[in-house]
Amino acid sequence: MKTSATPKIVAAALFLLVLLAGVPLLISATGRTDLYYTLTSVALLSIISAGVWITFYIGRINIGQGAYALMGGYVSAILVMNYGVSFWLTLPLAGLFCAAASVLIGLPILRLRGVYFAMVTLVLTEVARLLALAIPITNGAKGIVSIPLPTGISFFGITLVPDFSNLANPRLAFYIVAVLLMALCFLGLYRLAHSRIGQLCQSLQQNEELASSIGVNIAYLRVVAYALSSFLGGVGGAMFASISQSIYPSSFTVADSVNFMLNCFLGGLGYVLGPMLGTFVLYFGWDVLFQTGEYQLLIFSTVLILLMLVLPNGLLSLALPGKRSV
Amino acid sequence: MEQVIANGLYLGAQYALIALGLTLIFALMNVLNFAHGQMYVLGGFVTYSVYGQLKLPFVVALICSGVTLAVVGALMEKFLFRPVIRRSKREESTMLLAAATAFFLDAIILLLFGEKQRGVPKIVSGVFISDSVILPYDRIVVGVVAILMIAAFMLYMQYSKPGRAMRALAQDRIAAQLMGVKVERYSMIGFALGAMLAGVVGGLLVSITGVNSGIGGPISIKAFLMVMIGGAGVVAGAIAGGFILGMMESVGLTVLREYGDVTYLVIFALLMVFLSIRPNGLMGKPWG
Repeated sequence: MKTSATPKIVAAALFLLVLLAGVPLLISATGRTDLYYTLTSVALLSIISAGVWITFYIGRINIGQGAYALMGGYVSAILVMNYGVSFWLTLPLAGLFCAAASVLIGLPILRLRGVYFAMVTLVLTEVARLLALAIPITNGAKGIVSIPLPTGISFFGITLVPDFSNLANPRLAFYIVAVLLMALCFLGLYRLAHSRIGQLCQSLQQNEELASSIGVNIAYLRVVAYALSSFLGGVGGAMFASISQSIYPSSFTVADSVNFMLNCFLGGLGYVLGPMLGTFVLYFGWDVLFQTGEYQLLIFSTVLILLMLVLPNGLLSLALPGKRSV
Repeated sequence: MEQVIANGLYLGAQYALIALGLTLIFALMNVLNFAHGQMYVLGGFVTYSVYGQLKLPFVVALICSGVTLAVVGALMEKFLFRPVIRRSKREESTMLLAAATAFFLDAIILLLFGEKQRGVPKIVSGVFISDSVILPYDRIVVGVVAILMIAAFMLYMQYSKPGRAMRALAQDRIAAQLMGVKVERYSMIGFALGAMLAGVVGGLLVSITGVNSGIGGPISIKAFLMVMIGGAGVVAGAIAGGFILGMMESVGLTVLREYGDVTYLVIFALLMVFLSIRPNGLMGKPWG
């Protein structure tokens, strides 16, 4: 594995350049400004899905990411609305809150494996929705609406981030923020997957007992991985709440949790970029099929089933046949 | 209090029947059937069409539901799950497939039957009233039919040849194959049987609660809950889980009434605590 890292860095930089400069140019040339929202959503959903991917990496099927996305959204919304905290500060805070919550929840449920873990996390999404409906601070079914746009950050008089409500095109700004976040997230993910901890996580995926017997602290590792996963879910959810300027108990439901899992599956569980590709394909596929009206779901699910039949190991297994590169 | 227990038993009998199908499919194929709730809804709509619209007897409608779902289940196993299980590197891939089939069935149901809530005329009218219990007769009939079906299912699994084969499969797939059990055939029968159970419960309940195309997901979640309580892949566990959930729901709705709609929140919280003490449910085998 002693290959030079330069081509990868160049490819990543090019990709980022295309996303940050090329796409806005194309959009302004074609006038399809609605694509900003779509692409922003793809970027954010792929961050949330990346969290699910981390739990897959330790060999757990996580269908509870919607719970953390919802939690993150609410934490950010409540901090901004009730306490006047700057949105940029609430973004990491939402992530940290979710991570802390996931440690508490994860300690008991991470002992479960396979289908049991999958089912518990699925139930967790439902718990989050019911909680958001029941406790007073989340404002019940009405949700929290008209959350202000992110304010600016200035540092000694130099504006680092402009105030979003003064911008001519807040969509573009959100798009850029989402792409940067996504790049950061996948960079971190790549780094994680190739680090010592990543290797250890993979050993958990293969055989926990064996890993434990050679001195890997499995309980610690899986809680850390789950916390990271929830952190990403919380950040993504907070961002979403800010873009749509609202959050409801039904903002992230069981169907969303299942979709996050599908994104990872579809992209391929063995590949870091899997969640990104899977999200892109699923979200755009769904959008394109919107024109077919009532047959949208039928065609969508048929394509999914066919994809599974043809490529049971994910889309990226097509590009990298036989090679299990991470 | 008797009323609460009667309601709990009635709910539990239906829940147990739903959970049985799910746990059977899981035990045989290691597949978490996300589409179970959708199968239930499909069964409900078949009964609605046959009994409610064609005015055929209820029993015929139930049989139609069962047969339709058995065919659907068998086809799903043969053409979807079997090839994917054979070819995928990780067995979790079947979950994607199961989720996709859930979407697919949802779409089909929506296209065929629309999104309206559908009900059928009562199968038996009248209400049973004693000092402490008030139960409509149709609920009693449905509850009794459900319990009879559970009993029939257990006897079938215990004493028939296919039942024995399926139990062997659930215990150890490879060993069963080596002993000459036709693994593929019995996987298909098992899947069909599980789907059939879901369809029949759907058909039974359409006479009481009606059916609409959106309840598939929530039903699946309830079925998962029961299976988790009892232990995945264990027949007795599914029955226990069904009755426990039915009872908790019935008690919770009465006791927690003044706190609003928190019954399920409490049930979920209890489940978390329970699972942290017994990760494999009441009777489940340790995983892995």
